[in-house]
Amino acid sequence: MENIISLKDIIVEFDGERVLKQISLDIKDKEFVTLLGPSGCGKTTTLRIIAGFIEPDSGDVMFEGKRINSLPPHKRNVNTVFQRYALFPHLNVFENIAFGLRVKKVPEKEIVSRVGEMLDLVNLRGFEKRSVQRLSGGQQQRVAIARALVNKPKVLLLDEPLGALDLKLRKGMQTELRRIQKQLELTFVYVTRDQEEALTMSDTVVVMNNGRIQQIGSPTDIYNEPVNAFVADFIGESNIINGCMPRDCVVEFTGKQFDCVDKGFSPNETVDVVIRPEDIKVIPAKDAKLTGIVESVVFKGVHYEMIVDGVDYKWTIHSTKDEPVGSMIGMDVDPFDIHIMKKTKEGAEKAYED
Amino acid sequence: MKTRIMAAPYLVWMSVFIVVPLLMVAYFAVTTDKGTFTVSYLADVGQYTNIFVRSIWLSVIATAICLVLAYPLAFMLSRMKKHHQGTMLMIIMLPMWMNFLLRTYAWMTLLGNNGIINYLLGLVGLGPYKLINTSGAVVLGMVYNYLPFMILPLYSVMEKIDRSVIEAASDLGSDPRSVLLRVIIPLSLPGVYSGITMVFVPCISTFIISRMLGGGSNLLIGDLIEMQFLGNSYNPHLGAAISLVLMAIVLVIMTVMNQFSPDDQVLI
Ligand SMILES: Nc1ncnc2c1ncn2[C@@H]1O[C@H](COP(=O)(O)OP(=O)(O)OP(=O)(O)O)[C@@H](O)[C@H]1O
Ligand SMILES: [Mg+2]
Repeated sequence: MENIISLKDIIVEFDGERVLKQISLDIKDKEFVTLLGPSGCGKTTTLRIIAGFIEPDSGDVMFEGKRINSLPPHKRNVNTVFQRYALFPHLNVFENIAFGLRVKKVPEKEIVSRVGEMLDLVNLRGFEKRSVQRLSGGQQQRVAIARALVNKPKVLLLDEPLGALDLKLRKGMQTELRRIQKQLELTFVYVTRDQEEALTMSDTVVVMNNGRIQQIGSPTDIYNEPVNAFVADFIGESNIINGCMPRDCVVEFTGKQFDCVDKGFSPNETVDVVIRPEDIKVIPAKDAKLTGIVESVVFKGVHYEMIVDGVDYKWTIHSTKDEPVGSMIGMDVDPFDIHIMKKTKEGAEKAYED
Repeated sequence: MKTRIMAAPYLVWMSVFIVVPLLMVAYFAVTTDKGTFTVSYLADVGQYTNIFVRSIWLSVIATAICLVLAYPLAFMLSRMKKHHQGTMLMIIMLPMWMNFLLRTYAWMTLLGNNGIINYLLGLVGLGPYKLINTSGAVVLGMVYNYLPFMILPLYSVMEKIDRSVIEAASDLGSDPRSVLLRVIIPLSLPGVYSGITMVFVPCISTFIISRMLGGGSNLLIGDLIEMQFLGNSYNPHLGAAISLVLMAIVLVIMTVMNQFSPDDQVLI
């Protein structure tokens, strides 16, 4: 597959503050790419670079192999679903959706049928004549999706397009968007702060923090092989403990040594040790290297979430069986479930601030 | 109920100083000195059709020029950084702080046959041209005096147009011209209408500007009315009748214009 969009060493500054710090990203044709990261990390700014609203201070924006840094937005075969909808207040629902088609002078009959399809898709039949100012937030968001999608652009940029919808509608729209993307063979660049949404919808997830890309990979890669503590923490819950590597395949944390499968660190290098809550097994305290007192138990539907106070660290454990609060338990982790990560400055920032 | 009470001071003001005088104007227009009913004064207004036509025509031209000058300026202003907007607005308002008469006198000395403009033209071997006492000078005076009344309402609606809406339009394939036609103009129409009203109404009833810059040959409705009350052709009944007709004309023009400005309409 060809790269349809390439960002190369993009730097963006606002008022002297660096907002994107050398972003490089290749997006393949027909790919569903999700930018995932906390608020203010630069997701919207990255989309605006692709849409053409911002020219990067340095770096290249490539579209189908051509450099388009200063090509104005209306000449790009890209449409955007804006984070704050940006609907046209003087037009009704129908005319908002029809806008792009009217600009391209599409014949009236075709406009009516294509807008109709979109209205069905986003469940807004019967709202054609309604002024967009008299719609709920969720309805406005769906108009914004329809308005961009109706143009069948090569690349669709979606900036948290489902943020204002309730859970049920959101799940439905996720499936729909994914289906449309596959069926029309479009490239989607999708922004979200919701890690579950990112993992379930995407071909590729791009985890961002603080104006930098932390990791690019498939959802399973990102989940199973996070490259640093920030990614591990942001993608699902994790226990992140300070540790060090006395030698290959041995890691020391909470004062004890454990077998692991990672190697290639310098002797006694300090590292982040990441252990998923569901990878911790409860065993009798007398057999265990790790012990702690159960502090709280919360039923989460599929599993119990227990907080276990192990003196040096409060462990989060997911287990199908609950243990009485106040009891002493032992914990065990398989060597391949202990993930060792090099300390990065930004990973450290995020992991220990909360 | 509470809110109605709050409007009371204005309602009193309005009835004493607006409604009552209006009724008096209407009454004067249709009665003689002895208080008997007559339509002869209203009928007499017909003699001055040419003055009405001239007034409307010059006011339309002045309003159109104001719109053409103000629109791009107001748009530029609305897209500037916030603190620059304040400074620019002040510069635009600055002439308004000078007395109206003084401003118009200034134009007299500029435009006079021996005025500064003709003097400067003379230096490069041109002129002298007849600038003062022309209808062009009257229009100039109107534009100069009332331009801010066009800029301000335009600016205030344009300032509310969200940048993201303009971005959305260009994202959907609109070039700058199409963004203007499909988004900016439709969204700024309310400002266009109120700007036109704010300029056209004072233009059509002005008498100082035409007196000072138009000479005797560019008499406007305002001059005509003034003459009936203060001039040697003293005739308040005719004056009232002319005022009434003028009011009716303005009302008709404004009503017609309002037909074009329902909120949900599209320009193209
Ligand atoms: N026009 C601007 N001028 C100055 N700073 C800006 C501007 N736009 C964005 N920023 C800054 O750039 C950083 C990244 O902003 P951006 O909108 O890309 O974040 P985001 O990842 O989309 O966040 P969110 O999830 O909250 O939408 C923020 O710190 C923001 O304050
Ligand atoms: Mg954003």
